[in-house]
Parts: sequence; structure tokens; C-alpha cells
Amino acid sequence: MIEAKNVSKWFDGVQVLHDISAVFETGKTNLIIGQSGSGKTVFMKCLIGLMTPEEGEILYDGRKFRALNSEQKRQLRSEIGMLFQGSALFDNETVLGNVMFPLKMLSKMSHEEQLERAHFCIKRVGLENADNKFPSEISGGMQKRVAIARAIALNPKYLFCDEPNSGLDPRTSILIDNLLSDITHEYGITTIINTHDMNSVLGIGEHIVFINKGHCDWSGDDKTIFRSKSESLNDFVFASKLFREVKLFLEREYEAEENSDNP
Amino acid sequence: MIIGSIKSFGRYCVFMNHVFRVPEKWKEFFKQLIFEINKLGVDSIPLVIIISIFIGAVICIQMTINIVSPLIPSYSTGLATREILLLEFSSTMMSLILAGKVGSNIASEIGTMRVTEQIDAMEIMGINSASFIVLPKIVGFVLFVPVLCVLSMFMGLIGGALVAEFTSMLTMGNYIFGIQSFFNEWYVWYGIIKTLVFAFIITSVAAYYGYYVKGGSLEVGQASTKAVVSSSILILLADVILTKLLLQ
Repeated sequence: MIEAKNVSKWFDGVQVLHDISAVFETGKTNLIIGQSGSGKTVFMKCLIGLMTPEEGEILYDGRKFRALNSEQKRQLRSEIGMLFQGSALFDNETVLGNVMFPLKMLSKMSHEEQLERAHFCIKRVGLENADNKFPSEISGGMQKRVAIARAIALNPKYLFCDEPNSGLDPRTSILIDNLLSDITHEYGITTIINTHDMNSVLGIGEHIVFINKGHCDWSGDDKTIFRSKSESLNDFVFASKLFREVKLFLEREYEAEENSDNP
Repeated sequence: MIIGSIKSFGRYCVFMNHVFRVPEKWKEFFKQLIFEINKLGVDSIPLVIIISIFIGAVICIQMTINIVSPLIPSYSTGLATREILLLEFSSTMMSLILAGKVGSNIASEIGTMRVTEQIDAMEIMGINSASFIVLPKIVGFVLFVPVLCVLSMFMGLIGGALVAEFTSMLTMGNYIFGIQSFFNEWYVWYGIIKTLVFAFIITSVAAYYGYYVKGGSLEVGQASTKAVVSSSILILLADVILTKLLLQ
């Protein structure tokens, strides 16, 4: 479980995060949603430790990140997997090399064990035949899957994903979402996904935190998000025509449910 | 500007402190080291050979044309060509040329890794990215650069010999006698010592500019240019200091 307690962050005197508190539970796909520029990436970077919040605390299963010494931070980082927006694969390494990298650098496994683990992770994301390809030789969706394989190579306790669907077609997006959700449940990982894709929200959003202009305006799940009275959330969620129609449909469904419950 | 320079120097020192750490995995370090020696050093050999032969030939021609006096012995051409190559060209001028090739290569490679979040990915894994990426480049190039320096000296002298062989400007005998006359072995060491310092400047300055890039591809290009300009100026500054220290 990861907890953020009253996190605030400033850049050059401008406050970009305002007293954000949130709990991200273990074994769930936790989503941070919000418009571009709302501060969700900064919030995620604060959670990972790439940025230090001026105020507030980040706790990893009760361990205060700020209070950890460098060796403890190093240990904690080995428990974190990260999927970057642009995949961040190493250009000079093959698919196998990329997945092997954290194993080579951070594990005490023998070469055979590393190979076995890397092949298992590559197979888990469905890329059995791409071992020897370089990142430039595979598609964006495949790159994301390689990045997921690399992120889970060391059996992380925490998995962070920064806009995993950006630049992908809807079908591949769903594939990536499902993969992340399956991995989360299979290995009991605390997964935090930063996204503004409403398909992801509906598909895998077990716990959702909505950030608006640096404030945490709402938190809930994929069931309650459509019933929220938060104006800013509704502006964001129902921005597209499709979702406005979904809302009308769901409202009618809810009404029918209530009527059948109270005849 | 002065405060900016002091800040940059401070940040460079902090960066170097991160770079010069004991490698986390020696096996990976040596693998990277061999790769960097090949990429930065061995791949520079053709450039060094071509430039040194031509410059050696040009120096020889200019010396022959300009040293025309019955009071100056005819072997002076070879002697002057050798001294110029050993003292300045093969160390300083060659380093300035390599600053363009190697420096821009390092700055753009590391800068691209920064903007595509590859460095962040390493940091999140708990790997000292500065040391992992930069240390093999610095060590690899510093180790290999004496080879380039000596090769440049040799090829420059060959360039002069080609002028003697294929033109009637001077005889081969005079040229060979000239390059052997009054030979001071220390000048070779002086050139090598200077090149070692310049190699460190080229790699560390370029890595510094690449590592701290912010933005996109435009900024990577700017960092690459800044790396070449800064390392060239620092090479010239170091040249003055080292010449004063080593040849006094």
C-alpha cells in the first residue's frame, strides 16, 4: 500500500500540488486521472521519489520515503517497477537485453536464472518471438509490452505506469490495460496508473483519484465515478459525446434499478 | 555570467562525484568499457590517420617553402615538422578535432537518453545512472587516447615523408635526417600527458551537458554544440597551463 499524506509541491513559487492525500491499495489497479497540466505527473513523480514534495509524506507500506537513508531508498527502488509514457527502452539493447538489464544489475541470480526469468516475463507479455529485436524494430504497443516485462522482471511490489496508452490504438490500449490489470492481481502488486484515457478508467479502474488544478477533487471507483456530483470531475469525464451518451444510458439504468428495488 | 559559470562548475563537480563511484557490477562495467573503447577510440582511428597524414604533408610543404636561407640547414624542414607534430598538432589540434567527433557523440547520446527517460528508468531501478553511463566513456577514452596521439604523430611524419617522396621540394634523406635530429623523448610524453587531460575534458564536459539536458531534440542539439564549444575552450586553457608546467 502506498499512502500520500498532504503532499504539496511548488515550482518557482507556483504551487502545483495542493495538500493531496490518497491511499493506493495493494493488489488493485489504482488510477490517477486528470486533464493535461493538472499535476498528475508531478504527483506521480513525487510518489516515486523522482521529485521531492516540499510538504507532506509518502509512505510505502508504512515506510516514510523521506526518512529512508540512501541504502534503504536503493532497496525500496528495487521493489518498484515503472512503465514510462515513451517506454524508455534502452536503444542499444535488444528486447531480451532490456528485460535482462534490471536482473543483471540488481539481482544475484546466475546468468541461466536471469535468462529463464527474462524469457518468462517476455512470454508473460506475449512477445515470445521478439527476443533479438531492437526497440526501433518493434511497434509502439510491443515496446510498451517490453517495458512491462522489464518492469516486472524483479517481481516488484509497486508498479507505476505513466500514461501507458498514449499513442496506441484502442485495441492495443485495451490489451495493455488488461495486461496491467492481470499482472496486478496475479502478483498482488500495488499498481498506480497515470492516465486520461476514459476507456482505462472504465476497464480497469478499481480505485480512482481525480486531480484537478493540483487538488484532489474526487476519489472512488469505476462504479461511483458516473454518479459523482463533482462538477470538475463531470466536466472531465463527460467531455466527449460518447461519454455523455453513456451517462444518459447509465442514469436510466440506475433509475430502473432503483424503481425495481422500491416498487 | 560569472555566477552562472560558478554554478555550472559546482554542478559539474557534483556530477563528477556521482560519476566516480565504484561500479555496481564490475562485469557490466568492463563490458561497457570495451564497447566505449571501440566506439569512441577505435572508430576515431580513420579520422586521425587521414587528418594527420594531410596536416603532416602541409606542415612539411610550408616549412620547405618558408625556410629558405643558406644559413639554415636543409634538414630543418624535417626537424620543424616533427617538433610541430609532437608538441602541438598530435595532442592539442587532434584533441580539438576529437572534441567535435567524440564530444558531440557523447552529449547527444546521453541527452537523448535523458529526454527519452532512459536515465530516469535507471534511477528508478536504483542504479547510479551517472556512473553506469559516463564512467566507462571517460575511462575508455582516456585509456585509448594515447594510442590515437602516438598514431597521429607517426602518421603526420608519414605525411611529411610522402611530400619528400613524391615532390622535388626536399630529399627523403634530408627529411629522415631532420626528423631524427635533436630528438627529445620528453616531447612525446608531453604530448601524451596533454592528450590524457584533454580526453578527460572532452568526455566529462560532453557527458555533463548531455546528462542535464531538459526538453526535447532541439535542446539535445544545443547541448551537443555547447559541449563542443566548452570543451574546446577548456582544452586551449589547459594547453597553456600544461605547457607552462611541463616545458618550463
